[in-house]
Amino acid sequence: MSRYAIDCPATKSQVVDLYFMEHRAKLLDIAAFLDRYDRAPADDEGHRGGAAGEDFRVAALRKALRILREDGPERARRIQEHFSDMTEQPIEKAPMQGALGVPPVSRT
Amino acid sequence: MPYIDPHIHMVSRTTDDYARMAQAGCVAITEPAFWAGYDRSSPKGFYDYFRQLTEYEPARAAQFNIRHHCWLCINPKEAEDPGFAREVMTLIPEFLDRPNVLGIGEIGLNKNSKNELTIFEEHLGLAQQLDQLILIHTPHLEDKLKGTRLIIDAIKRNTNLDPGRILIDHVEEHTAKLVLDNGFWAGMTLYPDTKCTPQRAADIIEMYGTERLWINSAGDWGISDPLSVPKCRVEMKRRGHTDETIETISYRNPLTFLSQSSKFSTHG
Repeated sequence: MSRYAIDCPATKSQVVDLYFMEHRAKLLDIAAFLDRYDRAPADDEGHRGGAAGEDFRVAALRKALRILREDGPERARRIQEHFSDMTEQPIEKAPMQGALGVPPVSRT
Repeated sequence: MPYIDPHIHMVSRTTDDYARMAQAGCVAITEPAFWAGYDRSSPKGFYDYFRQLTEYEPARAAQFNIRHHCWLCINPKEAEDPGFAREVMTLIPEFLDRPNVLGIGEIGLNKNSKNELTIFEEHLGLAQQLDQLILIHTPHLEDKLKGTRLIIDAIKRNTNLDPGRILIDHVEEHTAKLVLDNGFWAGMTLYPDTKCTPQRAADIIEMYGTERLWINSAGDWGISDPLSVPKCRVEMKRRGHTDETIETISYRNPLTFLSQSSKFSTHG
């Protein structure tokens, strides 16, 4: 019996037929983004504090790719949690109105 | 098959969008009050905005037989100044009796700050006092999970509001279960980059079912698509979902939640 509320109506081969090309392209986009990042010159002000002096957003993306390779269900949920601020208390004051996609290093 | 887009910011869209939505089967929309992309310089700016939502937009939608409804509040992005926010909140009661106003929204949190939380709780108090339906915005991206937890905690701690009269919007893979397990209604917003794609929304429906769940476009002035609800229906059909499931998620569920207000109608 499925652990989910509604069984995916498509079979495995139908899922591949429907979505493989789209996600092959998305994977190449990620690879090309990381290549582009590696080729780009360093910022004048230096790097922005992540793993190995890397931009914290790129460091978070590389770690998310490791989650992607792990077995087990709900990879999307696990990557969403990895990209989330896991602190629990409200912050003193909103520093900006937008969002960056991953929490600042101080809240990881 | 008709559909309802229960969250779309038509003040930011063109009349062409109304025409295309009508052609795609849209019969009713609801428009929460939100951030204009800049901070208003005075509460009078909100007075004019509330008039736009209750006078001008219903007439523009009616040209295409789309029934327009709205929600009123000061959005969390402009709630960092509590004095300003409270001034805006004093304007709300005089508009609540207007024929297309369904309740208070979209209130909630943006960066999960203390002032945002204070103003959110005061909106909850207003809704409770005036017996209004509530539509809640959850924060973007990295702030969403924490904000959703703070929002649910604040509702439970400070009010005896019925979760069946509250819709918590913009849920994704990591917040849908949290919202549904606490008895609230949940909305999935279909955005190309920063929220759910139609494919992922269909995945979430498969994981958690159709009970108390809807889809919306939240189309606004940013990168968004006012036709994303019919596009998600096409995605579900392509994958093999039944017409009944598709109708439940895109028409019957919003109809059920929104009909808790006697002002809601699908008749243009």
